[in-house]
Amino acid sequence: MSYETLLALCLAIPAGGAALVALCHRWPNLREAVSLASAAALFLVVLSLSDDVLQGARPALRFGEMLPGLAIALELEPLGLLFALIASGLWFVSGVYSIGYMRGNDEAHQTRFFACFALAIAGAVGVALAGNLLTLYLFYEALTLVTYPLVTHHGDAEARRGGRTYLALLLLSSMLFLLPAMAITWWLGGTLDFTPGGILGGKISGGAAAGLLALYAFGIGKAALMPIHRWLPAAMVAPTPVSALLHAVAVVKAGVFSIVKVVVYVFGLDFGAEAFAWLPWVAGFTIVAASIVALRADNLKRRLAYSTVSQLSYVVLAAALLTPLSLVGAVLHIAAHAFGKITLFFAAGAVYTAAHKTEVSQLDGVGRRMPWTFAAFGIGALSMIGLPPAAGFVSKWYMISGALAAEHWMALGVIVASTLLNAGYFLPIVYRAFFKEGNAETHGEAPLSMVAALVTTAALTIVMFFWADLPLALARSLL
Amino acid sequence: MLEQLPALQVVLPLLAAPLIVLVGRGGFGWAAATAVSWACLAVAIGLALRVAEVGVISYALGSWPPPWGIEYRVDALSAFVLVLVSLVAAIAAPYARRSVAAEIERDRHYLFYAMYCLCLAGLLGMVITGDAFNLFVFLEISSLATYVLIALGPQRKALVASFQYLLLGTVGATFYVIGVGLLYLKTGTLNLADMAERLRAVEELRPVLAALAFITVGLGLKLALFPLHAWLPNAYAYSPSMVSAFVAATGTKVSIYALLRYYFTVFDPAPLFETLPTRELFIALSVAAMVIASLVAVFERDVKRLFAYSSVAQVGYITLGLGVDNLDSLTGSIVHLLNHGVTKGAIFLLLGGVALKSGAVSMSIGSLSGLGRRMPLTAFGLVIAGLSLIGIPGTAGFITKWYLIVGAIEFGLWWLVAVIVATSLIAVAYVWRVVEAAYLGEGGEAPAKTGEAPLGMLVPALAMTALCVYFGFDTSFSVGGAREAAELLLRGTR
Amino acid sequence: MTEVAAHYSYWITIFLMVAGMYILIARGNLMKKLIGLATLQTSVYLLYIAPGKLIGGTAPIYAEGFTTYSNPLPHVLILTAIVVGVATLALGLAIVVRIREAYGSIEEDEILERDRAAD
Repeated sequence: MSYETLLALCLAIPAGGAALVALCHRWPNLREAVSLASAAALFLVVLSLSDDVLQGARPALRFGEMLPGLAIALELEPLGLLFALIASGLWFVSGVYSIGYMRGNDEAHQTRFFACFALAIAGAVGVALAGNLLTLYLFYEALTLVTYPLVTHHGDAEARRGGRTYLALLLLSSMLFLLPAMAITWWLGGTLDFTPGGILGGKISGGAAAGLLALYAFGIGKAALMPIHRWLPAAMVAPTPVSALLHAVAVVKAGVFSIVKVVVYVFGLDFGAEAFAWLPWVAGFTIVAASIVALRADNLKRRLAYSTVSQLSYVVLAAALLTPLSLVGAVLHIAAHAFGKITLFFAAGAVYTAAHKTEVSQLDGVGRRMPWTFAAFGIGALSMIGLPPAAGFVSKWYMISGALAAEHWMALGVIVASTLLNAGYFLPIVYRAFFKEGNAETHGEAPLSMVAALVTTAALTIVMFFWADLPLALARSLL
Repeated sequence: MLEQLPALQVVLPLLAAPLIVLVGRGGFGWAAATAVSWACLAVAIGLALRVAEVGVISYALGSWPPPWGIEYRVDALSAFVLVLVSLVAAIAAPYARRSVAAEIERDRHYLFYAMYCLCLAGLLGMVITGDAFNLFVFLEISSLATYVLIALGPQRKALVASFQYLLLGTVGATFYVIGVGLLYLKTGTLNLADMAERLRAVEELRPVLAALAFITVGLGLKLALFPLHAWLPNAYAYSPSMVSAFVAATGTKVSIYALLRYYFTVFDPAPLFETLPTRELFIALSVAAMVIASLVAVFERDVKRLFAYSSVAQVGYITLGLGVDNLDSLTGSIVHLLNHGVTKGAIFLLLGGVALKSGAVSMSIGSLSGLGRRMPLTAFGLVIAGLSLIGIPGTAGFITKWYLIVGAIEFGLWWLVAVIVATSLIAVAYVWRVVEAAYLGEGGEAPAKTGEAPLGMLVPALAMTALCVYFGFDTSFSVGGAREAAELLLRGTR
Repeated sequence: MTEVAAHYSYWITIFLMVAGMYILIARGNLMKKLIGLATLQTSVYLLYIAPGKLIGGTAPIYAEGFTTYSNPLPHVLILTAIVVGVATLALGLAIVVRIREAYGSIEEDEILERDRAAD
C-alpha cells in the first residue's frame, strides 16, 4: 500500500471507528469489539510505517490548500511516529480498561464515550502526523473540542464547571497566543511547513524571538506550563479512563509533542540559546510548584494530575536546554511518562471501581486486597521518580546528562529536587497500601479487564527500561 | 440571452413580486419565490464566471449609453456579493414554506412572498448597479420590503422593531441621498465610474468631504456600524425566522458592499484620505463594535437577540479590515461577507426550526435546554455554526480571522491582533452558553413537540451549516474571489 | 452679505433638515416622528432642485434663441425620491395604525412601558 493510503488510513480508522461505534449503539459487545478492532488496526498501520521512517523515509499526504500557500498536509517523521505509536498502542490497552470501568461502574452514555474516545485518538494521530503548523493547529483544536464531551461525561454541575475551565483555558491559550504566533511565523518565514533546521533561523532574534517563543510555549496550553495548567486538575471530573488515556497520554502528549516539534522544526536546534534562556526557569518553576501541590493533595486523581503537570514540564525543560542529550531525554520522557502515568491512573480507577475510594488517606491496607493493582502502581511510581527498573530512569538519565552538558545548574537542581518530591508523594501511597492496617475491607481486585490493562502498561514501563531501542532510535534521528 | 444576464438578475424577482400578488395564493407565492431565488443564483454564478473571464461587464439599461443612462456594472467584487446574496436566498426560500406557515396567518402568505421577492430584487439591484441614484432606489426598495417582512413577525414587538428600523433606515437613506446630491453638484454625473474620474479634477474639496461624511453615516446606519446599530437587535429578534436568517445574512452585507464601492472606487481619486483619519476612525468604531457587542451578547437572555448582537460584532470585523486597509485585511473583510453570511444564516435557520417545534414566540437560553436530546441534528448544527462564529480552524470563520490577523501584523498593529483574538474568546463565552444549555441543560422548559424540525426546514438549515465547514476547507471561491476583489479595490489609483 | 442671502435655498434646506431630525428624535409620538421624517426628506428635495435652476436658464425644452437650459435631471431624481418618500410614509402610517391596534397607544414611552409590563 502506498504511503498516502497508509497515512489516510491512520486518520480514517479512528474516525470511521467512531462512526461504527455510534451505529452499534444497541449491541454493546459488538460496539466494544469495534472499538478494540479499530485500535488494533490503527496500531498495526502505524507500526508498519515505522521501519521506513527509521530509515529516513518521510511518508507524506497532501489534502489541498486551505488558504493560499497553506495546505492541510500530513508528514510522518520520527517524533510523530513515536507519538502515534504511543497513542494507538495505548488506545487498545485503555479500550480494554474502559470496558471494565464503564461496566463496573454502570456508567451512562457509553456509546457517546467510546465514539468520542475514538475521535479523540483521531485528533491525537492528526497532531502526530501533521506536516505543518496549520494542520497541527487544526487537529489540536479538534482534539480540544472532541474531548469536551468526554470531560463533561457525567453531565452534572461539577462536570459542567470542570468542562468550562477545561475549554476556557485551552481555547484561551490557543486562540490568544498560539494563533498569533502562527501568523507571525507565517509573516516572517513565508511558510508554516515543519522544516528540519527550522523556519525562523535568522529572521528574528533577541527579545522578539523570546516573545515569539513565549507565545508558542503558553499558546500550546496542553503542555500545562504554569499558569495555563489549571485545566488539567479541572479535567479530573472526567471518568478515569478519560483521565488515563487523554490526560496522561493523548491530550497532554499532544501538548509537549507540539512544543518539541516547534523547537526542533520551527525554531531549529541551532536557533540561538538567548531566546530560550527564560523557558527553563518557567518550566523549572512549574515542576517544583506542581510537585508541592501534589504533595499536599489528598484526592488521588488530583495528586496524579499535578504530578502530570510537573512531569510535562520535564519535557519542556529538557527541550529548552537545546542540547542533543537533553533532547533525547525529552523525547524518551514523552514515552516513559506515558506508560508510567497511564498505569497510575488505571490503578486509581481500579481502586475507585473496586473499593470506591478516592482519597489517599483512605488507602490504608487496600494494597493487600488489591495486590496486582498496587504492584502496578508501585512500578508507575518508580517510573515517575526515575528509579530502575522503570522507564523513567532512562529518560531522567538523559535529561540529567543534558543538563550537565549545558552546565545548567538550575535545571540540574530542579530535576534532583523534584525526584525527591516525587518520592515524597508517591512512596507513602505504596507504603500505606501494603504496610498499614486498613479498616475491615471486603472488596477484592478490580474487574479482570482493568487489571489486565494496568498490568500490561506496568510491564511496558519495565520493558522500556530494558529495551529502549525504538524510542532511542527515533529520538536520535531527530538530531 | 446571455448579454441580458445583468438585467435579468434584477428583473426576475422584480416581476415575480406583482405576479405573486396577482395570483394571490400562498402556495404559488412560495413556489414562485423559490424558483426565482434559484434562477437568481444561476444568473449570479453565470455572471461570476463571465467576470472571471473578461474582468468587468458593463450593461447599459435600455441601451442608453453611460454615463447618461443607468449602467449595470459587474466586476470581481459585485460578482462575489451577487453570488452570496443569491446563494442565501436559494437556501432560505425553500425553507420558508413550513417556517412561514407556522408564524404568519394564512391569508398573508402571498404578501410575504411578494415582499421577499422585492427585497431580493432590491438587494441584487444595489449590488449590480453602477449608478449612484439607482443605488438609492434599490436601497429603498429592499429596505421598505424588509420593514414589511419584519413587521410580519409573530409578536407585537415586531411592529415596534420595524417602525424603529423604518425611522433609522430612512434617515440613513436620506443621508446617503444628500451625499449623492453633493457629489452630483460637484461632478455633474451620477455614474459611479464617471464620478470617480471627475472627482480627480475637483479643486474645492469641502463639498466632497461633506458628501463622504453623509454617505458614511448613511450607509453606516444601514450596515449597523457601531454606534448606529440600535435598530438591529430588535429587528433580528422579532422578525419571522426565515426573515432573520435572510436579512442577517444579506442586508448589512450589501450596505457594506456599497460602502466599499464608495471608498475605494468613487472617492479614491480625490486627494482626501491623506489628511483624513478615516483609517483610525474605522478601526476605533470596529473595535468598539467587536468588544462591546460581543460583551452584550454574553449577557443577553433571548437567543435571537444574542445572535443579533453577535452580528453587530461580526460587522465590526468586516469594517476592521476596511480600516486597516491592506490587501490581507481587505481580503479578510470581503471573505467575511460570505463567511458570516453563511454562518449567521445557518444559525437563524436552525433556530427557526427550534422555534417551530417549541411553539413559543420568544426563545430564551433556558428554552434550548436539552436540545441535544430532542433535536440532535439541529443542536449539532448550532455547535458547528457556533464554532464558525468563534473561528475554530476547519470552519469558515477561521479563514476570516487568519486574514485579519495577518493583515494587522503586516502593519505592526500588535494590539489589534490581541483585540481580534480576545473578541473571539468572548464569542466562545456566548456560543458556549448555547451549547451548554443544549447538551448539559436539565431540560427544564421542555416543549410539547419533540423530534427534529420538518425536512423542508432541516435540509436547508443543515445545508447552510455544511457550507460553514465547506468554506473552511475549500476556499478557492471564497478567498480567491475575495482576494481578486480586494486587489481590484486597492488597485484604484493609490 | 449678499453671498449669504443669495444662497437662501441652502439655508432653508439646512433648516428643514435639522428641524426634521429634531422632531424625529425629540418627539415621542410616533405620528410626529413620521412628520419629522417627512420634513427631513423634503429638505433633500430642495437640496437637489434649487441648484438645478441655472441663472438665466430657461425651461429644458428646445427653443430658438436660448443657449442655457435649466437642468431637468434633479427634477427626475426628486420625483423618484418623492415616490420613495410617499411609500415610506404610507408604510410608516400603516405600521402606526397596527401599533395602535396592538398597544392602544402611539406614544413611544407608553409602548415601552406596556412591553416592559408584559415581560
